[in-house]
Amino acid sequence: MSEYIIKNGHVFDPVQGIKGDKADVAIKNGKIVKDSEVSKSAKVIDAKGKTVMAGAVEIHAHIAGPKVNLGRIYRPEDKLFTCTPTHGHERMGSGNSIPSTFKTGYEYARMGYTTAMEAAMPPLFSRHTHEEIRDTPIIDEGAFPVFGNNWFVMEYLKNREVENTAAYIAWLLRATKGYAVKVVNPGGTEAWHWGLNCLTVNDPVPYFDITPAEIIKGLIDANEYLGLPHSMHIHPNNLGNPGNYTTTLDTLKIAQGIKPKNKFGREQVLHLTHTQFHSYKGTNWGDFESGAKEVMDYINKNKNITVDTGNVTLDETTTMTADGPFEHHLTELNHLKWANVDVEVETAAGVVPYIYSPNISVCAIQWAIGLELALYAKDPMRCFITTDHPNAGPFTRYPRVIKWLMSQRARETQINAFKHKDKVLSQTGIGAIDRELTLYEIAAMTRAGPAKSLGLSSMCGGLAPGMDADVVVYNINPEKPFENPDQIEAAFSRAACVFKSGVEVVKDGEIVSSGNKRTLWVNAKVNDNPQVMRDITEKFLKYYSVTQANYESLGHSFVPNPYALEVDATQ
Amino acid sequence: MQPSEVEKMETVTISMKNVPALYLEADNVSPDAFAGKTSAQIADLHVYEGNTTGKLGNYFEVSGNAGATAADTKIVVKGDVKRVKYIGMKMSAGEIVVEGSTDQYVGAWMKGGKITVKGNVEAFAATAMRGGELIIEGNAGNYLGAAYRGDWRGMSKGTIHVMGNAGSDVGMYMTGGEIVIDGNVDVHVATHAEGGRIIVKGNAKSKVGGQMVDGNIFIFGTIDIMMPGYKYVDTVEQEVAGTKAKFAHFIGDMGERHKTKKGQVIYGNLYTRV
Repeated sequence: MSEYIIKNGHVFDPVQGIKGDKADVAIKNGKIVKDSEVSKSAKVIDAKGKTVMAGAVEIHAHIAGPKVNLGRIYRPEDKLFTCTPTHGHERMGSGNSIPSTFKTGYEYARMGYTTAMEAAMPPLFSRHTHEEIRDTPIIDEGAFPVFGNNWFVMEYLKNREVENTAAYIAWLLRATKGYAVKVVNPGGTEAWHWGLNCLTVNDPVPYFDITPAEIIKGLIDANEYLGLPHSMHIHPNNLGNPGNYTTTLDTLKIAQGIKPKNKFGREQVLHLTHTQFHSYKGTNWGDFESGAKEVMDYINKNKNITVDTGNVTLDETTTMTADGPFEHHLTELNHLKWANVDVEVETAAGVVPYIYSPNISVCAIQWAIGLELALYAKDPMRCFITTDHPNAGPFTRYPRVIKWLMSQRARETQINAFKHKDKVLSQTGIGAIDRELTLYEIAAMTRAGPAKSLGLSSMCGGLAPGMDADVVVYNINPEKPFENPDQIEAAFSRAACVFKSGVEVVKDGEIVSSGNKRTLWVNAKVNDNPQVMRDITEKFLKYYSVTQANYESLGHSFVPNPYALEVDATQ
Repeated sequence: MQPSEVEKMETVTISMKNVPALYLEADNVSPDAFAGKTSAQIADLHVYEGNTTGKLGNYFEVSGNAGATAADTKIVVKGDVKRVKYIGMKMSAGEIVVEGSTDQYVGAWMKGGKITVKGNVEAFAATAMRGGELIIEGNAGNYLGAAYRGDWRGMSKGTIHVMGNAGSDVGMYMTGGEIVIDGNVDVHVATHAEGGRIIVKGNAKSKVGGQMVDGNIFIFGTIDIMMPGYKYVDTVEQEVAGTKAKFAHFIGDMGERHKTKKGQVIYGNLYTRV
């Protein structure tokens, strides 16, 4: 494999504590090595006057699977005027908020992302999800199967059977080649089958006689029993409603006192996703206001929690979530087309287009809340930048979100452009914040932090020798202040150079290789559990529309290049 | 048009010389794309035939130079352009005259200016039109002034006049502007409309105003099958498109959601001549 040395760049690496010092980064056999270990024939990349970071890590995006594809199918207008023809190494692509698989891979790579997690995989459709992941070039990907409304989980946890829950999780991760335990509106999506919802952590789930709080606690315990790389990853109850920050705090309190148990260096037991959608005060859309301060104050004090932001980017986009009742609520609000999918005994999803208009006060306030969260965060290693793609905006807007976070001037420009500027300033704290995130903090929020939270800190998110050679060079000279904040957005949109596992995949913002994409999954070994195996067989016979033999994702057609993280929970 | 504007208007004539074997996608045939260009530069603009990219000049004889801006540019399209799509797409100003019949998406997403087609047009003419004037002297195909596939934003402004008949799904998801059809229309008129005005001087078939939330439809002739979601209110006398007549006034679609404006419940209005 080729050798490279990236010379004289300003390196930002929270893993090694390097804050913009000039340093060389050497690559050999797909790994980062000490400078002395590459030969004289190593290809030199001149990064003088440029910024060098590890490849970025996406912790939460909806980029593969049936509901993403449902969005693609039922929104042909999302493809209108957004097609890119085949050119160079790139195959044709289309779509804006729900890009085709190929475009997804290229766009992430162009921005310097080398790893991404699909945030909600319906287990029954894992084969479909993996087929899309397979067709998404360059980036390493994993997928989180959803557990929060799963009949097995609810039945085991009703009886507080953590060990059985863990055995079921281990089986399902193996069958679906899943990466982590995802929870979406715990109990609420199942209640939706009965025309109901769970809006607090104590609302009973019909028939199952269990509460969201019990599901959350049980899944955290099972996750730590197994010692999985990532923690339980939660989209809590009551998403998107004014006053929901109390539900969010109630959810976070469930993790209080629980210690992480794993060999991957992960320090949290709960990851709260798209926090923006869960940090609302007020009682209705008229007196709607930000609860970012309250939520982030709690997160700052509790080190066993990590979060991502879910920044609203003020675009036309497509919302999609396994929170079926929420999507129905949304279509009633905006009257745009709605699609709903029920996934047998496991989950359900909905899809609705949405326009975050800068002329609507609620959208502008949502924009401010997302930024407030990142700017109130004291530990950038525990707060990560996302747009909950495509729910709050397309992932291709990350450079713009970074611009807003790094430049108070850019925020002011946007605030002044809002139709209801005064309302944004009175209902949120955004106007009083003068913090501007540094490149080092951005590196923590987009690289080292999410990698650590995912249990991948030994592999990616940093530039220490021995780690995967995921390296990005940006056209940013940290010694020269930006003349215009738009330069930040431009630089993060098109990296000067990107290496993925030692392969040069982007050069001057153009794709030059499809890389060596891997599918990350977690192989958890547990003691033989005949009861759980019998329950699985029985449920397949009784309820599922497919046989157990047709359920598993395996082999070259689904996971052509797997990378398993091994976990041993046998005792 | 003011006389001073007429004076500076430059005319570019494009005449079909090599009729394409496949359909030609010619969204560059618009005053906006031609503005400021010489006939040679215009001939060099790209067009698509299937999966190949060619030059406008490969298919058309181009004569005359364009004006400095779109507003100063008039385009005359001659010859057999029945297999040419997207003429006048997204145009913002100026004028196009198509001397014969043409294919789909004439004036789609147009914002201003004027297009006259002396023959017939195929489907999707004036898709999501946002302004300007489209005159079709022959017949129009399906989805005239409708929304793009999947979209909920149809024609919002401007005027369309069809002197012949129109196909199905006229004004689907229309939110504003006016469509006048001198002849008959096929099924589905103003489906999902939330504004705008459609006048049909001839007859309509069925599904007129289905799922309409707001807007006005006038049918001078007959409707074969009336939608069940429409309720008779009263008979009114009105002048519509130069004709004063008595109309039976219906409101609907009762099966759809209803907006309120200043405390008033809003319905779609369907008028049929009595």
